[in-house]
Amino acid sequence: MRTADAAIADLEVMPLRELNAAFHAPDVAAIAPVWRVKNPHGAHALACGVDAPIAIDIDGHVGYYCAGMNQQATVHIHGNAGTGVAENMASGTVIVDGDASQSAGASGLGGLLHVRGSAAARCGISMKGIDVVVRGDVGHLAAFMGQAGTLIVCGDAGEGLGDSLYEARLFVRGRVASLGADCIEKPLREGDRATLAALLERCGEHGVDPADFRRYGSARRLYHFHVDHAGAY
Amino acid sequence: MCGIVGLFLKDRRLEPDLGRYLVPMLTSMAARGPDSAGVAVYGPPAAATVKITLARRTPEATFDAVAALAGETAHGAPVVRGDHAVFAIDAAAADEILARIRAELPAFDVTAAGNRIEIYKDVGTPAEVAGKLDLVAVGGTHAIGHTRMATESAVTVNGAHPFSTGRDQCLVHNGSLSNHHSLRRRLAHDGVRFATDNDSEVAAAYLSRQMANGRDLRGALEAALADLDGFYTFVVGTERGFAVLRDPVACKPAVMAETDAYVAFGSEYRALAALPGIAAARVWEPAPATVYVWEHAA
Repeated sequence: MRTADAAIADLEVMPLRELNAAFHAPDVAAIAPVWRVKNPHGAHALACGVDAPIAIDIDGHVGYYCAGMNQQATVHIHGNAGTGVAENMASGTVIVDGDASQSAGASGLGGLLHVRGSAAARCGISMKGIDVVVRGDVGHLAAFMGQAGTLIVCGDAGEGLGDSLYEARLFVRGRVASLGADCIEKPLREGDRATLAALLERCGEHGVDPADFRRYGSARRLYHFHVDHAGAY
Repeated sequence: MCGIVGLFLKDRRLEPDLGRYLVPMLTSMAARGPDSAGVAVYGPPAAATVKITLARRTPEATFDAVAALAGETAHGAPVVRGDHAVFAIDAAAADEILARIRAELPAFDVTAAGNRIEIYKDVGTPAEVAGKLDLVAVGGTHAIGHTRMATESAVTVNGAHPFSTGRDQCLVHNGSLSNHHSLRRRLAHDGVRFATDNDSEVAAAYLSRQMANGRDLRGALEAALADLDGFYTFVVGTERGFAVLRDPVACKPAVMAETDAYVAFGSEYRALAALPGIAAARVWEPAPATVYVWEHAA
């Protein structure tokens, strides 16, 4: 399995649990700093819970929750990702060359998720500090109940962007179908342009001008119970 | 839960191998639906006859009783597949024979009737059902399959998908409808009869009703977006058509793949992973509240 450059795991031969267990070994980085996964065939929970500074290249489409709870690792999916890619990620980087299904980066605490295709519904739902950069579009309810972190959408955003947002900074270059409850457009400040430029640069999204984005954030009207709304309960 | 798969062949040379591609798709969705499974297969057309697919409720029931009832309206011997048999009945006599089977032969369920459609379904894991029915051997232009994890009604052959509520029409459903009771009452008022208490049968009957009223497959599904409430991913078959619709919230998963040879649907990508040429296929997630239709020329 081991080559000079990388450890190669073929999921047509190796059981998924065995591979995930190998990723969880305390000395995984010493065994191989770079792993290549062949034939994922849409397997669920691949490379979940990795906590080591390793690189994992996955050749093909993955199923649900790939790279969930990631810490430190760089996971590169050369294909599409199913529901909940990089959900609850704490640190590290996850790259999806294709499209991501719903709930990409859900409740992520930190790290960077870069989707090079489009992301479906609920991208960045309940995000808590993760940075998400999507080259294409995002579906409805992106960043729903987001608390912290940055969502950059180079394409369009679906309905209900930033619904019930606490904080988190949202940037969209294209069209926004509609804003969710308590989400408003805010001015793009110098600091925002710097944030955008730095993240786009990290993702290698050259030729995307930070000045082309609009910023959205919380109006902060849902933070507290308001006595004028008492009749609504 | 529940798993859905579908395969619409564009390359006619693949038609004899339809079952061979379909069965791995179905069995890969066992974890999503372990209690029953079924498939609708659009096979060769029946000249001047209507194909009637029957499932017997007990092993003691023999298809001789159906053959006796059909008499000379039956063309040739039935094609038996596990506990199912397909009879070719004179087109002119089909309505009467169907009504008589339903009224006089309670040991049999009619699963489908039409020019091309055959529906096979049973309780058990997808692998058990596919094995019992020898589904790898089926051929045809398109097929739709379902693996069920029951939530809305009993685990029975009748409660398994696909549901057929019109000639050559079928529907499979992942999700649960919230307004199926009121919709059922409306349809029943219009004279529609239901075989089960299942919410998915209501969706199937709704679409059949829309098409009977003159809408095409796309139009029927666009109407469904306004009238159906709840969670759904549907795959729908007609004699020549294959359609997909997800509700606007799009909680229920769906993945599609298209090559020059086929269009394929799976609840998860795993269902598509074994298809020929999948590595080079266009793979995408169908958008919410968007009707997708593919049709063969008449």
